[in-house]
Amino acid sequence: MPTDLNILIGGAAGQGVHAITGPLAKALVRQGAYVHVTQSYESRIRGGHLYNLIRVGSQPLLAPREGVDILVALNQETIALHQPQLSSLGIVIFDESQVQGKPEGVKSLALSPETVLPETQAGDIAVNAGACGAILGLLAMPVEGLVSLLEETFAAKGEEVADWNKRAARHGYELGKAQDHPLALSNLSTPPEPRLLISGHEGVALGALAGGLTFICGYPMTPWTSLLNAVSQRAPRWQVVVEQAEDEIAAINMAIGASFAGARAMTGTSGGGFCLMTEGVGLAAMSETPVVVVVAQRPGPSTGLPTRTSQGDLGFVLHAGQDDFPRAVLAPGTPAQGYLLAAKALRLAERYQTPVFILTDQYFADAQLTLTAADFPPLEAPPPSPQGETGDRYMRYSLTPDGVSPRRFPGFGPEIVVADSDEHTPDGHLTEDLEVRIKMHNKRLAKLKGLYGEMGNITVDGDHDIPLVIMTWGSSYGAVAEAVARLRQAKTAARFVHLAELWPFPRRAVVETLQEPQRLVVVEGNATGQLARLLRQETGLVADHVIVRYDGLPFTPEYVLRGLSQEV
Amino acid sequence: MLPLELYNSIEPAWCPGCGNFPMLKAFKQALAELDLRPEDILLVSAIGQSSKFPHYLRCHTFNGIHGRALPVATGVRLANPNLKVVVTVGDGDQYGEGGNHLLAAFRRNPDITLVIHNNQIYALTKGQASPTTDQGTKTLLQPEGVPYPPLHALALAVAQDCSWVARGFAGQGEHLKELYKQAIQHRGLALLEVLQPCVTFNRINTYQWYQARVYRVEEEPGYDPENELWAYQKAKEWGDRIPIGVIYKKSRPIMEDFFPAATAGPLATWRVERPVAELLQDFY
Repeated sequence: MPTDLNILIGGAAGQGVHAITGPLAKALVRQGAYVHVTQSYESRIRGGHLYNLIRVGSQPLLAPREGVDILVALNQETIALHQPQLSSLGIVIFDESQVQGKPEGVKSLALSPETVLPETQAGDIAVNAGACGAILGLLAMPVEGLVSLLEETFAAKGEEVADWNKRAARHGYELGKAQDHPLALSNLSTPPEPRLLISGHEGVALGALAGGLTFICGYPMTPWTSLLNAVSQRAPRWQVVVEQAEDEIAAINMAIGASFAGARAMTGTSGGGFCLMTEGVGLAAMSETPVVVVVAQRPGPSTGLPTRTSQGDLGFVLHAGQDDFPRAVLAPGTPAQGYLLAAKALRLAERYQTPVFILTDQYFADAQLTLTAADFPPLEAPPPSPQGETGDRYMRYSLTPDGVSPRRFPGFGPEIVVADSDEHTPDGHLTEDLEVRIKMHNKRLAKLKGLYGEMGNITVDGDHDIPLVIMTWGSSYGAVAEAVARLRQAKTAARFVHLAELWPFPRRAVVETLQEPQRLVVVEGNATGQLARLLRQETGLVADHVIVRYDGLPFTPEYVLRGLSQEV
Repeated sequence: MLPLELYNSIEPAWCPGCGNFPMLKAFKQALAELDLRPEDILLVSAIGQSSKFPHYLRCHTFNGIHGRALPVATGVRLANPNLKVVVTVGDGDQYGEGGNHLLAAFRRNPDITLVIHNNQIYALTKGQASPTTDQGTKTLLQPEGVPYPPLHALALAVAQDCSWVARGFAGQGEHLKELYKQAIQHRGLALLEVLQPCVTFNRINTYQWYQARVYRVEEEPGYDPENELWAYQKAKEWGDRIPIGVIYKKSRPIMEDFFPAATAGPLATWRVERPVAELLQDFY
């Protein structure tokens, strides 16, 4: 019995790939399976080729893997593209109204509107719900959970639609079961508590909400948009001000304005959108206005590959903006880390009155993982409050040892609040006094020390004396963790190290963790090894090997293991 | 009326004779007559000589980056609709660098007073053409004259139903003060363009040049600023006769009315409690 299976659902955009994935993934989770769902799509609304991968197993899954065990083909192209990936156990479920002839040389199951729901107008529904049912049949799991889920999902669309879905699921289930194919998962049991199916950006959205977000604005751009949507859909219930800005420049300036006036503010973007924001990043730092900026990475430069994934903006985000100023850069590896770090980002921005970045990417944004409520601990969110003692005459930029000046919001007291993008005196007025300039610059940079003390959350798995260390950052967490686990199964000892807090670089913690490994391998989703470079710059430690990926797809354990076998 | 000394700040670094001086005086008078204290009002500016305006006047200030005062002011208004917000920027800043934000502001209609100091030149960078420089004007950068006609920003504002559109002249302080007062009291986006002579880099559009051409539109018999077509004609009028005064008015809902702070109060006062157990309900 396999411990996990890969289900690929492919078709043209608009054909129902998501209509199958959504209910199926949820039904599998409710029945005690762990699923990991990834999306692969093109920059178009109709046509083209897209597919979703549902990896399903009896143990927690944090990464996609290669290979296909059940291929659901809604069109001919899916067969041509993905049949070669089919495993020896593999089976193809295909829509025979769209695919010409039976796929050759593999076991297959044909569905069509006519055979699944004859004499109805159900159309695609028959194949979509039928395929969901057939997969549960193949996996020898009960169908009732799916049927009640379809009832919930389609009740609003009327009795007939709900009924078609349920009938098609049941019919598909019988067809799948009749295949008598050895795909049943081992060790599945009903979970002691219900599990969640949640994406990275949903995790970040929840963290921001739990962390006291009151304002978010942005301009649509893939893959950042899903985060803005995740907040805006919850805004009516949880009271958040959401505004669609006219461009990314407006977005960051609007967030800064709101924050200046007392909001706990976030904005975000992707790719070229962040190029537009960079002047505003400097404004936040110079005016000492807290703002959290989410940069959801995609391959570049320029428009690049809009719907694919990348970890290529680390260097950009570390350096965006003229001259030196304090910033923090966080890069969550799982939706649960996204939750914690979003709240932390808001807290750090407010405490140090400077921009804080959350680096995500298309894979992280869209991938849905199976987690539990315990992964999302309760958070406290005090209201953003005026900070520090002000004395007789309030000065927005009064000089302090830690660089953090007492903050006041305009309109809440006698203090006059003057903020400036020019170099300024402690009371906020522009100045060309060069000695004041040095004092102010030093004051801002002093905040780096405080920020440094807040960093260092490193995930380490494996004993200190293991000579092989495999290190990664951000969303590549799951693939590298699984690669390390597989190495251990094959009796090769390896240590796993993941950084989610990248700037100020947690020098001491990283050096203590690494302790001169005999072999240091860095894994990251860009062509030149941006973390490896940062590591060398900050600690002098040189990676022996960097496994890179920049084809727009997320890391898989197999990809990492291939990289290791070539060099280690 | 409040004493004008209340608004005293640091010494202005403008050229002697600059059109910004009478504007500063008229603005202080307007605030004093409206009983608006320094702590009641936020000035948002960007880059240019006009954007130094808030530094020379005691009040809350956010002096941001080139062209971006409106988004900052919009964010402020979304976070705290109790704060009076005035944007003080120049023609180059708002019509050039920040053009897209002006279009968005017309649609949003936030309760912001947008004062555009129009000196028809880039003065901070020493004399290049701005979007409002007259066609044919010779500058260092355009030695053979500006090839293009100027932007008719007020006509654009009327066409897009900006809820209050006016023009003032720095050489007519009393009239300007009344326009400031009306603009601040208007509920919605009030665009007040002020003809502001630059005595150093614009030797064409001088005090005398403007004085010979401006006339008060309210003195035109029967003029009705709520008559859109009439307003449009006045907004496009430029040359031998230049109208000043309130050109257009249109009653419209303001941006803030669509947002929670309008009823729930400023965001800084919100008690945010969002239990994670409830947030997670969507994901089972």
